[in-house]
Formats: sequence, C-alpha cells, structure tokens
Amino acid sequence: MAEKVVLKKTFGKMNVGKLRELGMIGFIIIIAIFVQMRNPRFLTLENINDLIKNAAILSILAVGMMMVMITRGIDLSIGATLALSGMIASLTVSVNPNMSPIIAIGIGIGVGTLCGAVVGGLVSKGGIYPIIATLGMMSVYRGLTFLASKGKWISAQQMPVSFKAIATSPIFGINTLIFIAIIIYIISYYFINHTRTGRKIYAVGSNPESARVSGINNNRILFMVYTIMGALSGLAGVLWVSKFASAQGDTASGYELTVIAACVLGGVNSAGGSGTISGILIGSLLIGILNNALPLINVSPFWQQAIQGGIILTAVIVNTIVKRRVDKNNLSRRQI
Amino acid sequence: MSMKQRIIIDKRQTTLKSFFFQWEWLLILIFIIMTLVNGALTPFYLNANNLIGATMTFLDKAFIVLPMAFVIILADIDISVASTVALSSVIMAVLYNSGMPMGLAMIVCLLVGTLCGFINGILVVKFKELSSIIITLATMIIFRGIAYIILKDQASGKFPEWFNFLGWGYVGVVPLILIVFIICAVIFTFILTKTAFGRRVYAIGSNPVASRFTGIKVDKIKVIVFTLTGLMAGITALFLTSRMGSTRPNIATGYELDIITMVVLGGISTAGGKGRIYGAIIAVFLIGFLKYGLGLFNVPAQVLLIIIGLLLIIAVMIPNLKLKKIKLRR
Repeated sequence: MAEKVVLKKTFGKMNVGKLRELGMIGFIIIIAIFVQMRNPRFLTLENINDLIKNAAILSILAVGMMMVMITRGIDLSIGATLALSGMIASLTVSVNPNMSPIIAIGIGIGVGTLCGAVVGGLVSKGGIYPIIATLGMMSVYRGLTFLASKGKWISAQQMPVSFKAIATSPIFGINTLIFIAIIIYIISYYFINHTRTGRKIYAVGSNPESARVSGINNNRILFMVYTIMGALSGLAGVLWVSKFASAQGDTASGYELTVIAACVLGGVNSAGGSGTISGILIGSLLIGILNNALPLINVSPFWQQAIQGGIILTAVIVNTIVKRRVDKNNLSRRQI
Repeated sequence: MSMKQRIIIDKRQTTLKSFFFQWEWLLILIFIIMTLVNGALTPFYLNANNLIGATMTFLDKAFIVLPMAFVIILADIDISVASTVALSSVIMAVLYNSGMPMGLAMIVCLLVGTLCGFINGILVVKFKELSSIIITLATMIIFRGIAYIILKDQASGKFPEWFNFLGWGYVGVVPLILIVFIICAVIFTFILTKTAFGRRVYAIGSNPVASRFTGIKVDKIKVIVFTLTGLMAGITALFLTSRMGSTRPNIATGYELDIITMVVLGGISTAGGKGRIYGAIIAVFLIGFLKYGLGLFNVPAQVLLIIIGLLLIIAVMIPNLKLKKIKLRR
C-alpha cells in the first residue's frame, strides 16, 4: 500500500514536470508561429543560429545556477565573477597577444573557480546564508574588476584576433559557443542524473537533515556546487568578453537576475530539491527567443523588459496553479 | 546551514552583561573606529556642519531600510524596491509635465509606490509555494519595464522651485531629509518594538505555521508590510527625484542590494524572526559616513565596494565563530 502511494506520488510529480515542459514547448511554438507570421526572417537558419549563439552563455550559467538553487541557495555574485574572470583573461591576452585562446579560457575558468570556492567556503564553512554571502562577494568581485582594469576598458583593438575568434569560429561546423554549451549540457546531464555526487545535490536540497543523517557531507556538496557555479561563470566570462570584443568594469552587471529568471522559467524551485537539465534548457531558450524575436516584430525596445517580466511572472504563477491542481487530484485519488 | 529553531523568542530580560554583548555595540564600535580613523586622516571630516550635511547624500534610500527590516524579519525579501522607486518617480514626473499640479503628482507618486507594494504583498500571500525573491524578481523587471515604456530613454524634470527643497532644503542647520528620516525611524521602531503588530511580525518570522494556529492573521500582516515597503519606496522616490532634479527610468538602479546590505549589516537575520531595527538604523549611518569619509580622501568608489562587501561578510561571520564567552545578542 505504502509503495503504491509513493509510486503514484512520483508519477504525479513526473507528470507535473513533463506537463510544464510540454507547456513551455507549446508556448515557444506559439511564439515562433506568431513571430514567423509577422516576420518571415525569424525561422531562417541564420537567425536560429544567431539566437542559439546568444542563448549559449545564458544556458551555460543556468546549469550552475540550477545546482545552486537545488541546494536551496542562490548566487547573486555570478555577474561580478563573470566580469572579473573575463577582465583578467582579456588583460592577460592583451599583454601576451600570442597566447593560445585555450590558455585564456583556462585562466578565466581558474579565476572563476577561485571566486566560486570563496563563496562556497563562506556558505558551507562560514554558515552564512547564500544570499548574503553572494551579495557581499558580488561587491568585492565587482570592485576587484574595476581595480584590475584601473577603470579602463579593454577594447577590440587590444585583443588579438585569435582571442576574438573564440566566439566566431566553428568547431566541427558548429559555432564554438554552441559547441561548448552542448558539451556542458551533456556532461552535466550525466553528472546530475547518473552519478552519486550529482544525486546527492538533490538529496541535500530536498531535505538537508535527512541527507546529513544518511551520511552525506552537506558542506562538501554545498562547497562543490558554488565552486562549479564559479567555474562556469569564469568560462562564461571569457566567452562573453570574446563575443562582445570588449571587457568593461560593469560587464554583465545584473545578469545574475536573468540567469535566475531562466532557471525559474525552466521549473527550478527556489525552495530546493527540484530542477531538470531539460527544463533550464527550455527556460534559457525561451529567454533567448524573446530577446531575439521581439526586435524582429518591431516591438519597441522599451516594451521588451516589461513583456519579459510579464511572461516570467505568468509562467511562474501558471506553473504553481497547475501544480496545485495536480497535487489536489493526487490527494483525492489516494486510497486511505 | 544549521537547523532552524522553531521557537518564538520571548523578550529577554536585559541584564548588564547581555546589554553590553549586543550586536549594536559592535556596529557602534566599528562606527567609532571609522570616525577616529577618518578624523585623523582628514581635518575636514570632524566638522559638525559637514557631517550633518553629508546625511543628505545617503539618506534617500534609508527610508526603505526601515520597512525592509520588517520584510526580512518576516523571513521574506523584496528586491523590487528600486524598480518601485523608478516607476513612481517616472509617473510623478510625467503627470506633472502633462499639467497636473505638483502636490497632486506627489500624492500619486506615493500611491503608485503603495500599489506596487500591495501587488507584491498579494502575490507573495497568494502563491506561498514561490519564494518572495522569485516573485519580487519578476515584479522588479515588470515595474522597471513599465517605467521604460512610459519614459523611453528620455529624462523628465523641470519641477517647480519649491520641490527642490525636499532634497536640498535645511530646517535651521538640519537637512529636511534627516528630520523626516528621524520621524519615520521613530514611528517604525515604535511599531516594531512596542505594538502587538511588531511582536506578530517577529512571531511570523520565527514560525509562520505556529503563528497561524495562534490566531495571527499571517497573510494580512504580510500584505501590510509589503504595502508599507511600497509606500516608503514612494517617499524615497520623492526625495531622490528632488535631489536629482529630474528623473529617468534607470534611476535608483541597484538600490535593493544596498538596502538589503544595510539591513543585514544591522544584525537582522535573513532566516527571519531575529534582529532589531536599531541595528539597521545604525548601519545606515555607518555605511553612509564610511562612503562620505572615504570619499573625502579620494578613495575610489570601487575600493569602497570591496570594503562594504567585506564588512558585510565579516559582520555576518562574527556570530558564527562560536566564541565561547562572547555571544552577541541579535
């Protein structure tokens, strides 16, 4: 009997997850059809390539943010980490123009990992609430970015061609940004769903107490999650700087909120314990599509922010209402 | 993350020892050290007129710190406040410039802020599954978005002469904004410490479920607190717009983080139910004078960012260090 209930419950939960993902895909298709009718340039290979290229950095960051949010945390420092690692990578490159871009990416990831590890240490060892720790470190990293550059920009002329080529060159016929994003999604899908450490992230998020009782070192998982987030922000920093061909002190300022929005759209619950790779992929694509499609159908740029916010709020609320309905049905169907 | 204690803390007896081992003394100590260092380094710092005048530069956002303390004690958070400031300021400016009398436009500004806060409150209460950070993140984007729709990339200003008095005016030797802030601070401190409403806010923050079973109208109190936050954002909009002389849709960007920093530095825990409003008020002046003092000897704003970030983290870390004898009351 008990097993049956559990089975039904998990089935119900799966249903909600699948349902909302199907709903989101349906929504994306509706937007696509609507935009295509207004502007036939939308569904061309070139535009789609452009769209995915723009969503790539967002989706890379969403992977890390999802892991953080599964553990009931939040990371507000990623915009600053991104800026700092992008700035240090591009400073290094501007001094040594002959350096291989792969080393530049390595530097970015290194700086990002360090930043993430500091945040992770504060959250796990220091016992500071994630929102406060990341809020504080956000100011620190942002300040360090300005100090590192002495308030100047690194402009396109100061960057060697090989560095700027990171974002424009293809690997196996696919743009590097998209290629990296795909690799990260494959690795993290395997990591989150099929490794023991990956499953522990969910365990810590859904119930920290029982995770501890069952022998999981919660602090180690928390540390790891924030470090991964930092590493991904570092990578994203190099890609960002290479894509826009300029590194500034206020690069990606406020971008952390867009990333959180992508995760929330993708069904990641900020109360912890739930979130899927397919969900955040859809979430980031939806934001990417909105960014790409609204200008194409001549929506005034000043309307775009409000429309995005409206869609995020609607999606989140509809999701909650649907989930309530399903839970209620499951409850009434349960035999006592 | 330690297990959250499910108790509603009684008002504790103040003994001499517990009186001195309070969070606020640490803040005051930092404040005194800062004053001495600043005073030693520049002769211009310790000048009563300058110091009082300097409050004008940082008090605009302090109005939101007061209700934000309530919100955080409720174990919620509101990150839409800066957007609320922008929206109410923009609507006020546009209404005035399309012929509405300034006094009426100012009232509309307060109403818009209140409405924004009310919307947040209703959403937070109706959709309890969603944390308030997600809801206010969405409304933050929407409010700012509406401000952009209204004013596009324009600025709007040309306010009447007397409106400047709000942000720049003095009553005797004291800036008007300081007087208004003190009045607001007294009112909010009174509500939180002396009224049943205030005790209920603490109760809800410590344990919302138990509070509901005790007969506290949790939803009503949450809506009231979020609405108050909106109203105070409207007041901030008045003073900020007056100081700037004109408004743009991107006004007050990043204020929400400054405000949350001040509240948390003031010893109010984001876990809810703990902390006192005095701390937040001291933190307002601490950060404000720190910025002013370091600005006097040309410390770049970026270094200031680092200092404030580190100060926040160190301040929050200290109680976690579990020193045996020194346990600060929060």
